[in-house]
Amino acid sequence: MSAEITYLEAIREGLLEELRRDESVYCIGQDIRTYGGAFRVTAGCLDEFGRPRILDTPLSETAIVGACVGSALMGMRPVAEMQFADFVTNGFNMLVNFAAKVHYRWGPAVPMVVRLPSGGGTRGGPFHATNPEAWFARVPGLKVVCPATVRDAKGLIKAAVRDDNPVLYFEHKYLYRRLKDALGDDEVLTPIGEARVAREGRDVSLITYGSMVYYGQQAADELAAEEGIETEIVDLRTLVPLDQDAVLESVRKTSRVVVAHEDTKTGGFGGEISARIAELAFEHLDAPIRRVASRDTPVPHAPQLEDAFMPSVADLKRAILETAAY
Amino acid sequence: MARTSKKSSRKGGVRGRKKTAPAKRKAKKRPPAPPRLRPPELPTKHRTSKVSDAKRYEKEFLLGLYTDMVRTRALDTRIEALYKQGKLVAGCYSSRGQEGCSVGSTAAVGDDDVIGPMIRNLGSMLRKGIPMTMVLRNYLGRATGPTKGRDGSSHFGSMAHNVIGPISHLGSLIPVCAGAALAFHMRGEKRVALTWIGDGGSNVGDFHEGMNFAGAMKLPLVVVLENNKYAYSTPLEYQTGTQCFAWRAVGYGIACELVDGNDVLAVYEVVREAVDRARKGGGPTLIEADTMRMRGHAIHDDAKYVPPEMFQYWEARDPIALFEKQLRSARVLTPKRIAEIEEAVRAELEEQTEDAMNQPLPDPAGEEGEVYA
Repeated sequence: MSAEITYLEAIREGLLEELRRDESVYCIGQDIRTYGGAFRVTAGCLDEFGRPRILDTPLSETAIVGACVGSALMGMRPVAEMQFADFVTNGFNMLVNFAAKVHYRWGPAVPMVVRLPSGGGTRGGPFHATNPEAWFARVPGLKVVCPATVRDAKGLIKAAVRDDNPVLYFEHKYLYRRLKDALGDDEVLTPIGEARVAREGRDVSLITYGSMVYYGQQAADELAAEEGIETEIVDLRTLVPLDQDAVLESVRKTSRVVVAHEDTKTGGFGGEISARIAELAFEHLDAPIRRVASRDTPVPHAPQLEDAFMPSVADLKRAILETAAY
Repeated sequence: MARTSKKSSRKGGVRGRKKTAPAKRKAKKRPPAPPRLRPPELPTKHRTSKVSDAKRYEKEFLLGLYTDMVRTRALDTRIEALYKQGKLVAGCYSSRGQEGCSVGSTAAVGDDDVIGPMIRNLGSMLRKGIPMTMVLRNYLGRATGPTKGRDGSSHFGSMAHNVIGPISHLGSLIPVCAGAALAFHMRGEKRVALTWIGDGGSNVGDFHEGMNFAGAMKLPLVVVLENNKYAYSTPLEYQTGTQCFAWRAVGYGIACELVDGNDVLAVYEVVREAVDRARKGGGPTLIEADTMRMRGHAIHDDAKYVPPEMFQYWEARDPIALFEKQLRSARVLTPKRIAEIEEAVRAELEEQTEDAMNQPLPDPAGEEGEVYA
């Protein structure tokens, strides 16, 4: 049996495997070379591959994302690291206007990955703890993945590198060292666009992704023990392209839905999921769709404020319980 | 001689393969001294060519430059005419007055080199071998055009021609072309990326990030800044406090040069030097070309904000007329030859226009399936 690795190590393993497999793959970002990145995801990669395949850049998100686009057009497969997902705003235009639209406009593929360490629970505050996936999930031309497990952290980074489109890979900082798993010796590849039932259940569907899969499992286990309510958790894994069939299948099974994410509520991706369920499975619903999300404020810093801002296990339990009882 | 704005002792480039920290020396406990700074030598005059300079080149090369400028002007004029006939899908952007800059600079790169032209670099696209009909089909929104009706004007690229298409957001081509140069540099290929920017576009953050990135990594990137005096309606004095755009190169640690943008041969020579330097690992160059936008921003814009005497001055410095005069003085071009070239271009334009006009219009079915590769 292989040893247990963390979610963070799974990302690194995935990157190393892809760097070995394909010479056109390279990593680019700030402080990723000798320092190994702000979270040490690329630590040690330099020893095996050296510069320029582990490439440090000036502090220039626009240049990083732009260089990814240009080099991808020339046949490279760049993997960019944003130091924090929050800073992707400085490279926003390059992603949503250049990378996303090249293929549709004039044909060539733009195979590139942008890694985005995202999420709260780490007291990061307004600029180091956001979940900006919804900004990108509505841009045709971009793919968005949000791994919630060690296996998918590795499987999705590898799939993202192999995809011929710009893929935004949201890696959750809170999960980096909290999740551990032994992945075995077989190659791990998670197909982009396929959701996963993380937990089987008959009573309520919890449609979610990212860190809320982690919190949702705790909530589901506690509700099963305390109330005998069996929650089915659908881990979307990919937001774009969305595995709509997997969502609808679970909704038809339980007829009760809670949609959860750590991003703020208004304009969050949960609205899109809720709307699709309402459009396509209304007659299967026995209760209103319920959304659980962060409050509509910037991410606050102090523990008392951040804990209240983010959905907690208790919030998830309450929503599931009320939906089950409706 | 091109001016390099710094003599750096620092090892540049991205190809070094340093894996470990530098070897430990016996520690001398002296703090590092601040670097000794030398002010860079900067160009102050726009380079021009003399009549005799033409003699250094093959006749065919010179006639090729001339022909491509005439082709560019002819296509540009045809696009305006089609707009006035109500045949274009939307507006059009004229390259008029900037043909020398586009054709001269593009002539300095090879087929394997990549260019990222902007909206007024029609001449660059033609010089790279893109047929007129593809530009026309795009303006006409045809299903068989390079963007199949999904984008307009000359907003497209062609990997077969090593042309990266622009987006409307000015400055964005600089980081993207730096990325293309990065790919060449990483793979050890002797290829160069060439792109353009305007006096207006060079104020966008993307320009500065891209130039600094290319400078930090000594990438084989050449940027021609076409100072055409107006950003839409805004004259130079409202755009920047600098007296010279090229001098911004000092801030990125790269070479810079000034050239008369309406002197096609001078543009060719200056860009050629920069391309050769980039190919040899000498890093990027920023070249400011002095030229003039001879139309409004787009065709709807009558450019009344430009003083008439300014247009008169630049009309007298028309790049095609200047080159024609130069080539006639150098006895490369005769009235007979001019007539032959004009006739050939007219025939090409008619044939290509007819081809474009006969292309089918796009079908909106299934567009969602075309978004991802």
